[in-house]
Amino acid sequence: MKELVVVSGKGGTGKTSLAASLAILSDQIVVVDCDVDAPDLHLLLEPQTINQEPFVGGYKAHIDHWACQGCGRCAELCRFDAISRGEVEKDLVKRGFVVDTLACEGCGVCADHCPQKAIELRPHVNGRWFMSRFRRGYLFHASLDVGSENSGKLVTQLRRAACEFAKREGFTMLLTDGPPGIGCPVIASLTGASLALIVTEPTVSGWHDFERIARLCLQLGVPAVTVINKADVNPEMTDQIARHTAQYAAECVATIPFDPDVLEAQMKGRSVVEISDGSASQAIKATYSAVMSRLGQAPAVHHSEIVPISLNQTRES
Amino acid sequence: MKVVIASGKGGTGKTTIATNLAFLMARDGLSVAYLDCDVEEPNGHLFLQPVITWEGPIEKPVPVIDSQRCHHCGRCSEVCRFGAIVSLPQATIVFSELCHACGGCQLACPKQAISEGRRRIGTLRLGHAGTIRFVSGILQVGEAMSPPAIRAVKAAMDESEVALLDAPPGTGCPVVETLREADMVLLVTEPTPFGWHDLQLAVRLVKMLKLPAAIIVNRVRQAGRDNLWCQRLRSLDFPIWAEIMDKRAVAEAYSRGKIVAQCELQFAEQLKPVVDKLKALIDERACGCER
Repeated sequence: MKELVVVSGKGGTGKTSLAASLAILSDQIVVVDCDVDAPDLHLLLEPQTINQEPFVGGYKAHIDHWACQGCGRCAELCRFDAISRGEVEKDLVKRGFVVDTLACEGCGVCADHCPQKAIELRPHVNGRWFMSRFRRGYLFHASLDVGSENSGKLVTQLRRAACEFAKREGFTMLLTDGPPGIGCPVIASLTGASLALIVTEPTVSGWHDFERIARLCLQLGVPAVTVINKADVNPEMTDQIARHTAQYAAECVATIPFDPDVLEAQMKGRSVVEISDGSASQAIKATYSAVMSRLGQAPAVHHSEIVPISLNQTRES
Repeated sequence: MKVVIASGKGGTGKTTIATNLAFLMARDGLSVAYLDCDVEEPNGHLFLQPVITWEGPIEKPVPVIDSQRCHHCGRCSEVCRFGAIVSLPQATIVFSELCHACGGCQLACPKQAISEGRRRIGTLRLGHAGTIRFVSGILQVGEAMSPPAIRAVKAAMDESEVALLDAPPGTGCPVVETLREADMVLLVTEPTPFGWHDLQLAVRLVKMLKLPAAIIVNRVRQAGRDNLWCQRLRSLDFPIWAEIMDKRAVAEAYSRGKIVAQCELQFAEQLKPVVDKLKALIDERACGCER
């Protein structure tokens, strides 16, 4: 089985619109939305949820206010400023130490060093993930609570679940819509994939961010190809970027012109290839063929290769 | 005053708004700093073209094992909840990219064999673009954890100036790190289904952090506040401070790395209410301090 991951570095270059079209052009496919921070693919694919699971992103400290003697050792040792003196409960006159769950990283130093053993780490559910059906196959997607960490871990779980499912059900292709940036969720989306499709745009920022994501692909050993979206906004820069892509072994396989139909499709909750046969739609179909032929030569993935990168990995106890 | 420019969805125009606000406010004689907190993909320098006057490493603390003292008891790897230390019979290995720098191993080691070293994760750049003070953090490619780099950028803030913080996209921990202790949040969105969906997430985050915010709608195709979009926006309890029209000339100026307000007067006009409102806030705060 092969896995194609759509990434961009810069946000808003058109990853999700392109991924939705590629999903629709495929006949039978398993799609993964790895932009768990701000997932949008479900807005175009109209998924029907079959199954959902809670996501335990990590652990958070909980203080037992009856056992706490108020020595303050926890606050002193916490490197994340997550424990401070405050009002424990509104009705209670008692004042003590409170945990800021947004800042707590679940390291457990406070629990390990509390002389009263008044602190414990509890598993923290900070999202859900879903397996859904859509008109060309299955979609694995998630919703992470806002402000949560551990998105890398959720991405890894999602990809693994999708990969295992796809193998079991005999699918030959996995399509992953990645998050923007080059940090933890992006690394988690790319590791072990067969091919990365970098979507960029002919702007100074698009170019700058292309170089960083292309270097990340090289570092992770994931082969890459590039597509330049909204190419006609700045044709000279499109040419420059296209020539430049070879340096990063991420050859430009297609350019897609700016086309109002793409937004029109989004407004209708559809992919552009379903509602239009305009210039963008044509270019996306060409992109699809180019990428599929490249994917044919790319290495297959095994779910064991989807390793958690995980800074945010929490040890299974 | 600390103003964060955030969005939820990527590519809605955070950097465009942040750099142009910096330009317009500096032109009005305010002391302004632009801080690029999108350390994974920083772009502000492409538009502001700052002169860099200082450059240095951004580092993160990591445990260093003194192999002379270490008896391989395995206590450190037992307490590490991130799997960042593995204790083998002959050696103790640190996986620094997994380390959260909580200090737990150091506290747990019975032989005091662990000290704290530093590992470079990125670069901090300071400079100026005209009268705008410029700060940017650049995460090294391959590094996963951006919050320490964002903290390094924010440490370069100065209380006396208006700090414009350009946030990364999303609603995860890098955005929380950028928003922490903000005085005002400007949420940049676009009138599209994706823009609306992700704006709601960003609004939820801002409300959870109990921060004051206002909305800037970018790439508006139809002027007027009576359309469906604005009705929806009003349901979010945050005021709309500006509507910026979708214009090809703006997109082209952006693509070439120009400060749009310098070449597109209409754009500058549309952004002016934001400048005025921020100025009013600054004055209000100044009065508050005197009282």
